Amino acid sequence: MGTLRSAAEALTGTGVMGASAALLLIADSRLPAGGHAHSGGAEEAVHAGAIAGPEDLARFLRGRLATAGLVAAALAAAACHLARTMATRPGTPVAPAPNGVNGGHPPPTATDDDGASPDTASLRGAAASGTAGESSRRPPEDLAAGHAARWRELDAEADARTASPAQRTASRTQGRLLVRTARRIWPSPVLDGLAAAVPDGAHHPIALGAACAAAGCPPGQAGLVAAYTSVTGPATAAVRLLGLDPVTVHRILADLAPELDRTAEAAVAAVAACRTAGPAGAEAPDPDAPQDRTARHDWSALPSWGAPALDLLAEGHLRREVRLFVS
Amino acid sequence: MGLDHGDHHDVPDPNGRALRLGIGGPVGSGKTALVAALCRSLGEVLRLGVVTNDIYTTEDADFLRKAGVLDPERILAVQTGCCPHTAIRDDIAANIDAVETLEERFGPLDLVIVESGGDNLTATFSRGLADRQIFVLDVSGGDKVPRKGGPGVTSADLLVINKTDLAPLVGADLTVMSRDANAVRDGRPVLFTSLREDPHAGAVAEWVMGVHAAWVAAHSHPHDHPHEHPHEHPHEHPHEGRPEPAPRS
Repeated sequence: MGTLRSAAEALTGTGVMGASAALLLIADSRLPAGGHAHSGGAEEAVHAGAIAGPEDLARFLRGRLATAGLVAAALAAAACHLARTMATRPGTPVAPAPNGVNGGHPPPTATDDDGASPDTASLRGAAASGTAGESSRRPPEDLAAGHAARWRELDAEADARTASPAQRTASRTQGRLLVRTARRIWPSPVLDGLAAAVPDGAHHPIALGAACAAAGCPPGQAGLVAAYTSVTGPATAAVRLLGLDPVTVHRILADLAPELDRTAEAAVAAVAACRTAGPAGAEAPDPDAPQDRTARHDWSALPSWGAPALDLLAEGHLRREVRLFVS
Repeated sequence: MGLDHGDHHDVPDPNGRALRLGIGGPVGSGKTALVAALCRSLGEVLRLGVVTNDIYTTEDADFLRKAGVLDPERILAVQTGCCPHTAIRDDIAANIDAVETLEERFGPLDLVIVESGGDNLTATFSRGLADRQIFVLDVSGGDKVPRKGGPGVTSADLLVINKTDLAPLVGADLTVMSRDANAVRDGRPVLFTSLREDPHAGAVAEWVMGVHAAWVAAHSHPHDHPHEHPHEHPHEHPHEGRPEPAPRS
């Protein structure tokens, strides 16, 4: 299956229509997950004089989207994909949508890059414990340990792409808060598993991707939300800190919209590019491995653009005596 | 208990955890001084934790640490991104995280005080964060403030009007403030304090002890379905007719 074609399918097919309202809820700045107190480096950039007006802000956001934004989008899409494969019941038909809100569209599930069809029942926790997903073929504890290892692998990839210790802490804090919030809003064994696998808090894009999966959003949408929040957070912070005209700032965000869509497409393509023929890395051949879709990606191939200026801003921010934002 | 599927509660039960007391009010009214006073008065009898939301860095937390009223490790500061009211009302995630961090590190605790950043008369605590809340005004803001109402003045479980020692200097009529406050508070209590003259805030501390005792009585026993029969034991709740306090998340 071609990377570009599957990327396009994930974004333009039923995937985007699948859980549009849930997507809006997750992307909304009113989601009570602590995001409002993070500026993504904008506060320090304002203090350093790097952002003084709308033009500076537009450049800052464009740069942020092309680097940290794209990396976050790819990680979120990967986490969403991983969460959906964990809930996949091989060979099981996709469960029909619970009601008719999708109109004539097929159910919002069969769009991941490898055709994985998440079992919506097990993703949402409706299936009885011990019978859902791959557990029919592998012992549950073995499966849970395997899933926890998958989460830690992907989280380690996020860690490796976050050079600044201050940013790592901020990202894990945001991730921890988001998982806690999402577990109450969209209860799911997948989110429980992520919380157990990374108890101090998974990196924010990982948490975001898992939350998107729990809410019924496909990887393309997870990438889109990650890209979106990577610019809306700093934009709002600049409005508050500099008293910029909020309409001017929203115009800047609107101008970025096509780039946000392209970033989400790139995130989905990046996930597809990570797909491997069999279990990742040097794992011993396992007769059950073909059923474990979660092992079919080598996440080290995800984008790894660095932004040294953002790293330095994050470190400077942490050392500043007066700060209004967490990051 | 709490997370089993099929449980009526979607969040862990409030039983066995600390009472969460929010303290809000305008800038400079004496919130931090009240927190310090309560730590002095209650620190010997209750196991305490404090979360501050000061708009500027960790100023309040530093003030409390320097005041030496509480083990500095038991004071956590939360940054609110220019929006102190958001952090206590609309998006309480960071404050909940701080409260739970204190409970995990030092628990069990009896009382966690969450002090908001200085804000305006409309700022109140979410019931998802604070079980009970105190709103602090001071006389130097003018004796018309209680008449203006606003959710903080009208709905807080306790209204504290501080700096009464300044009343003659600023021309504030305490009788007017008392009458106006009582008119909009539907019987909920109002206390006048001068934390400069009474650094232990005796009357407020007494109120907190009463609230804590009621909380313990209501939440220390097995309490399987509190939402299904809240009126069968109204004596356990200090405010009849109020919804059950929101449990921890």
